[in-house]
Amino acid sequence: MISLEQIHRDFQVGDQVVHALDDINLDISAGEYVSIMGPSGSGKSTLLNLIGLLDRATAGHYLLNGEDVTTLSDVEQAATRNRRIGFVFQSFHLVPRLSAAGNVELPLILAGMPAAERKARVAQTLQALNLTDRAHHKPDQLSGGQRQRVAIARATVTEPAVVLADEPTGNLDHKSGGDVINILESLNQRGITLMVVTHDAEIGDRATRRIKMRDGRIESDTQADADR
Amino acid sequence: MQTGDVTRFAWGALCGYPTRTLLMLLAMGIGVAAVVVLTSLGEGARRYVTGEFASLGTNLIIVIPGRSETAGISPTTMMGETPRDLTLDDARALTRSYSVRRIAPLNVGSADINWRGKQREVTVLGTTHEMLAIRHWELSQGKFLPATDLDLATPVCVIGSKIRNELFGAQRAIGEWVRLGDRRFRVIGIMGSEGRSIGVDVQETVMIPVASAQQLFNTPSLFRILVEAKSREAIEPVKQFIIDTLQQRHQGEKDVTVITQDAVLATFDRIFSALTYAVGGIAAISLIVAGILIMNVMLVAVSQRTSEIGLLKALGAAPRQIIVLFLSEALLLSGLGAALGLLLGELASMLLRQLFADLPAHAPAWAVVTALLVAILTGLLFSLLPARRAARLDAVLALSRR
Repeated sequence: MISLEQIHRDFQVGDQVVHALDDINLDISAGEYVSIMGPSGSGKSTLLNLIGLLDRATAGHYLLNGEDVTTLSDVEQAATRNRRIGFVFQSFHLVPRLSAAGNVELPLILAGMPAAERKARVAQTLQALNLTDRAHHKPDQLSGGQRQRVAIARATVTEPAVVLADEPTGNLDHKSGGDVINILESLNQRGITLMVVTHDAEIGDRATRRIKMRDGRIESDTQADADR
Repeated sequence: MQTGDVTRFAWGALCGYPTRTLLMLLAMGIGVAAVVVLTSLGEGARRYVTGEFASLGTNLIIVIPGRSETAGISPTTMMGETPRDLTLDDARALTRSYSVRRIAPLNVGSADINWRGKQREVTVLGTTHEMLAIRHWELSQGKFLPATDLDLATPVCVIGSKIRNELFGAQRAIGEWVRLGDRRFRVIGIMGSEGRSIGVDVQETVMIPVASAQQLFNTPSLFRILVEAKSREAIEPVKQFIIDTLQQRHQGEKDVTVITQDAVLATFDRIFSALTYAVGGIAAISLIVAGILIMNVMLVAVSQRTSEIGLLKALGAAPRQIIVLFLSEALLLSGLGAALGLLLGELASMLLRQLFADLPAHAPAWAVVTALLVAILTGLLFSLLPARRAARLDAVLALSRR
């Protein structure tokens, strides 16, 4: 469902051109569980942002569900992001003045969904993540693990096909990090395509497909044993 | 995105920074309140002055003996220097027009009034019973001067209430004989407390028939003739009629000055309107300043909330939606500030009206509407730039900032 063909992403830093992504070719089918690992500056976050339509490729083609999204306008890209893609960030990025429910509601508000329908969806999603009793708490009243669960609720409330997680456990302790990974994996078992960028080899190795990057190129792309 | 949601989101953002929001509301509020209060002051002054003029009488034309070279009011016209006097016959001739409703000749002098040894100096107006209707005066007691022939020097007088109090105290004044100069007059009426007009305080005057005044002051001439036209439209024809008639009667000399009260009124009206516009305009500058403040605050908001904007983009907000969100925030801010200012301004002009009962300090509708519109428009205009800046933020960079 995700297909990258000869993707290049160059940054101009001073008078130097940095090749953040250098001729990436990648095919990911629906329902896969992919981890992207690599040292800092290897281009893994850039790759994730590009797949999430937050960034545009300098050259190459990106097909999402067979549709070339590289040529879409800003508005069309925003709509695609809203409907098909869910983001989970390292630093949660919750809006501090909104309650947990308010944060989860945001993508539905942006999509223009009527209030009644929204409330039902939000309640359902919060319940699935065991957050119902935290619905009216502000982010600063929640623990790190709870915050990331709210963020996951926000990423999944639109029922996207793909969830992109950028270092989802980076700001969490070991236990709540493990919980978050379990939740993400359960999403994947329900058929959502999951991509996780991580430093942590232990987390990366849980994925069924592991991509290692270095200097903007894919170094290795291995499929875990089918029996795992 | 639905309108209600946009408003709620903008409202939430404003509540998220209460100090900032309050200060902005105050800045906008003071601007609008300044416009409302200042224009209500100007408008109040205008209404006060035109009201004073209207109390002189409606559709009034004033004939003054003598003529200056240039038209209008000059010291000589005020002094009434003239080769020929205005006489009672002149006054009588002016009644011969269908468009004239009533006339009142006027003689002014001062004399001592005397009753049982109490004495004071008063202004004496010699006039006729028509004066009461022309000037819209009211009596508190008794009758006004009788409707007799102009030449008849009846020995009766109407006194102002202040004179009545000073001379008679608690005693009955009606029917008493008082001495004015070297003549005796019977008091037949007391002026009501309403009836103050520019230059003359009715409460301190004594009114006697015009012929009596001519005898008292030993002069055949009149100080003024007041003419009331039947309608506003009749004023100009009547004015021409007066000039023509008096020219004929004065051997072809144009030796009177005719002032229509409308002309004087219109001049004052223009002056005070211009004044109101001017102070309103000056106050409006503070609205522009408030607009610039809003721009500043919105720019700060954009940089404070960079990561929030990045997040909104990641969640699928189109650039337009971001612009709409920030503009709504500014609109809400300036709208609420304007409403607050309107409230403050109206309260302040109410206070002014309480303090100065004579001053009808109501802000004119045009000023209120303009102030509100300018407030909201500057709020919108000056937040366009910050909103566009927000919409153009690079999502990846915005999200990477903490």
